[in-house]
Amino acid sequence: MSAGPISAPEAPGSGKAIRRPGDRVFSGLAIAAGLTILIVLAGVAIFLIGEAWPAITAPVSDLPDGKSLIHYIWPLVFGTLLSSTIAIIIAVPMAIAVALFTSHIAPKAISMSVSYLVDLLAAIPSIIYGIWGIAVLGPASVPVTQWLSDHFGFIPFFDGPASTTGRTMLVAGLVLALMILPIVCAVAREVFQQTPKGLQESALALGATRWEMIRMVVLPFGRSAVVAGSMLGLGRALGETMAVTIILSVTGTITFDLISSENPSTIAANIALQFPESSGLDVNVLIATGLVLFAITLAVNMFARTIISRREAAGGR
Amino acid sequence: MGGNVATVPMGEGSGALPPRANLICFGASAAASAAVSFALGLSPFVWLVVTGAFTLASISIWSMMVEGRRRALDRVATIVIAEIFVLALVPLLSLVYTVVNEGLARFDSEFLTTSMRNVLGDGGGALHAALGTFIITAIATAAAVPVGILAAIYLVEYGKGRLKRAITFFVDVMMGIPSIVAGLFAYALFEIFFGPGIRLGVMGSVALMVLMIPIVIRATEEMLQVVPNALREASFALGVPKWLTILRVVLPTALAGIVTGVMLAIARVIGETAPLLVTTGSIDSVNLDPFNGRMANLPVFVYEQYKFPGVPPEAYIERAWAGALLLILIVMVLFLAARLIARRYGVEIRR
Amino acid sequence: MNETETMKEKEMVDAQAGPADPIMDPPASPSATATVDAKAKRIDAEDLNIYYGDFLAVKDCSVNIHPNKVTALIGSSGCGKSTFLRSLNRMHELIDGARVEGKVLLDGTDIYARNMDPVLVRQQIGMVFQQPNPFPTMSIYENTAAGLRLNRKKTKKTELDGIVERSLTGAHLWDEVKDRLDKPAGGLSGGQQQRLCIARATAIEPEVLLMDEPCSALDPIATLAIEDLINELKKRFTIVIVTHNMQQAARASDYTGFFNIEKSGDPGVLVEIDETEKIFSNPRLKETEDYVSGRFG
Repeated sequence: MSAGPISAPEAPGSGKAIRRPGDRVFSGLAIAAGLTILIVLAGVAIFLIGEAWPAITAPVSDLPDGKSLIHYIWPLVFGTLLSSTIAIIIAVPMAIAVALFTSHIAPKAISMSVSYLVDLLAAIPSIIYGIWGIAVLGPASVPVTQWLSDHFGFIPFFDGPASTTGRTMLVAGLVLALMILPIVCAVAREVFQQTPKGLQESALALGATRWEMIRMVVLPFGRSAVVAGSMLGLGRALGETMAVTIILSVTGTITFDLISSENPSTIAANIALQFPESSGLDVNVLIATGLVLFAITLAVNMFARTIISRREAAGGR
Repeated sequence: MGGNVATVPMGEGSGALPPRANLICFGASAAASAAVSFALGLSPFVWLVVTGAFTLASISIWSMMVEGRRRALDRVATIVIAEIFVLALVPLLSLVYTVVNEGLARFDSEFLTTSMRNVLGDGGGALHAALGTFIITAIATAAAVPVGILAAIYLVEYGKGRLKRAITFFVDVMMGIPSIVAGLFAYALFEIFFGPGIRLGVMGSVALMVLMIPIVIRATEEMLQVVPNALREASFALGVPKWLTILRVVLPTALAGIVTGVMLAIARVIGETAPLLVTTGSIDSVNLDPFNGRMANLPVFVYEQYKFPGVPPEAYIERAWAGALLLILIVMVLFLAARLIARRYGVEIRR
Repeated sequence: MNETETMKEKEMVDAQAGPADPIMDPPASPSATATVDAKAKRIDAEDLNIYYGDFLAVKDCSVNIHPNKVTALIGSSGCGKSTFLRSLNRMHELIDGARVEGKVLLDGTDIYARNMDPVLVRQQIGMVFQQPNPFPTMSIYENTAAGLRLNRKKTKKTELDGIVERSLTGAHLWDEVKDRLDKPAGGLSGGQQQRLCIARATAIEPEVLLMDEPCSALDPIATLAIEDLINELKKRFTIVIVTHNMQQAARASDYTGFFNIEKSGDPGVLVEIDETEKIFSNPRLKETEDYVSGRFG
């Protein structure tokens, strides 16, 4: 028996329970990395506020177009909310259906590859969605929007006159919907798969059809998670830049008309369009709008996380 | 799709459709609508829509007559869900087809080996942009991966109490930062030291790093959590200190998953355009120094070629598509490699 | 921490490691590094109270565990016998909020003394778990050598080969795996994996081997193989084994301790410990008799 020295006080008299130098260094590194997150975020907030401050305090006459900051930002906020709302209205039902398809409808053998395809949607760069939207989806939408404005022109959304290029709010919203579909779908798919097998089987044993089982068991079980996932998707849509920048023909008007060639811009798209050419106070104004965008997405994301954590606390997982 | 399993009569209608009824209806509808579309000279997309509608109509009528209302509703719901799924895939296919189709026109050796230096109109390439994307992403990855993995180790292996909760919360917050805001942050940070209007390759790296860190943390955290506690205990019981246990037992077990997560994170940020637009700017020639002057990159290259074409515009648009093809190839390779690694080298973990 | 406090604690440590404590002294005699035949160490627990947070799981446990003997701990589920076992090599404290009060003396040295490094304690007191838990990333060879390798002990390749062969032979596994040492350990059967875990634990030459229901995940034949092994291992190690299986305790152990709880929520208590023969034929307490004869839980 090798009688190894059981007491090898590495730090004699330190008084504390012994911690090895390796442990100390390594856990120190890990904590430092954790703190880096806090520092970076604090940095983001401080630097953005610092750079936005000149714009907030500047006299109205110095601001672009001589408009006050609120008047400058408001149409952008409107456009941001409008495009994201369209995206969420289209994406959520589709995402639920796609998630149900992978979790309950598709044969086991293909449901795995099916999820890969949906994940792949998330991996495509937004700039490519943008140029696809303007080159393919836009032109393809023209006959449809034309028809909508001819027959449903009495609805404000389809007031027209329909754009002849397809560079409309509707197309931008559709492309945004495609981009957030995988996010919402991933959350929904996971929670649908977690639906307790016992509940599902007892519903089927009572004679329910598969659809009745989904409606009575799976959808109610996943409801709050789907809401949370939709919020995450909304957060992404609000901050999405390039697809909107490329697709939308921007005039800055505030209108609910989704199919005309006169559209409000979004905060992110406005920054992308203006920033490369801007200098001086204009840059500060753009950063101030970025700060507003940050605040909006932060609120939406925090709302989503609250739902998720409340769900986890309730043992919903 | 594959027909319903349950065969118990459902009361109202007592009959049952043949096991492949859904497929039969789909096949018949596809054929019928193909005939209609061909006769009227309609597009494949219309054919798809008509097929969907025909399938839905035929199965609901047939099932309604034989099986009754509830079973018919079940079949309709199944088919609607499957059709929405197909509908969601149509844009993906169209997008990939368009990018490949349009991109191949200029996807030649000149495109891959030359820059846009002194090029007006035809010719030129994206070498400068590809190199820039590589440098910018490499720096971002080199910074984000160690920080992300260590922070995840803190959260899973060491963290407790309020600091852990705070960091978890702020990782979520960071996850939600819009990419353009990350770009503005990098700009604001560098402006303080270098003055207004500054554009550097490394600024793009900083912006991408901010976007990448939370993705790496989440992926790593998830992988560390599935490493069974029994392995940690086995190691501790052998008298191995905690840090060596983490480094030599926990991390190797989770390695494949972590590598997969990192590659997916790279795939996510490598196509980011907005943050680079406001930080790296664009330039026509090769610049390999991230600390000196503007640096071209693929996403911004695609954007500028497409959005601000010169004369003749076709030359610029074609270059944009070729750039998009290159970008999508890089992303796909990363994505597939990540999946492959996860499947090949993922250690099977007993649950 | 201020200086006076530091001084005070240093004194305390010194007092604890008094002269009566031979192994605390620097190895005066090189013969302390003895051979394989030497006696293993004994364990004496004194007034051990084991907590999970505020919950007292094991109360006032004092026990003498004899060297080179097999001591079995029996008792119904949740009575604290595994918790007690894990407190013998400071594995218990790895759980959040868990703590131990009292003393555990390894040949007279308190392993809970303040200057004691739990990592070194665990190198002296090895452990085998309920579920076989070989490292999935490592081969059979690497698993066996894991204790040395993970600790970055500089060992010559030939020396390491010898240790691996000796440990696997000692665990009755060598003949079954000698041709596939470089294969992943996950390919072994459950019984083989458990013997591999025993080889892994013995490769670092501990004094004591703790076994937490090592056979509960195994079939009867694999269980018998492990029991044979235990019988042989006690020549080299002091063994403490927790088991649910009373035949196993009767077959494989020299001493048997019985843990019991009054009712759920109460702390577990070591109510009786004696020679195995006595516990199973003529125990001192009625409750022990009820349990070993199957009239209980």
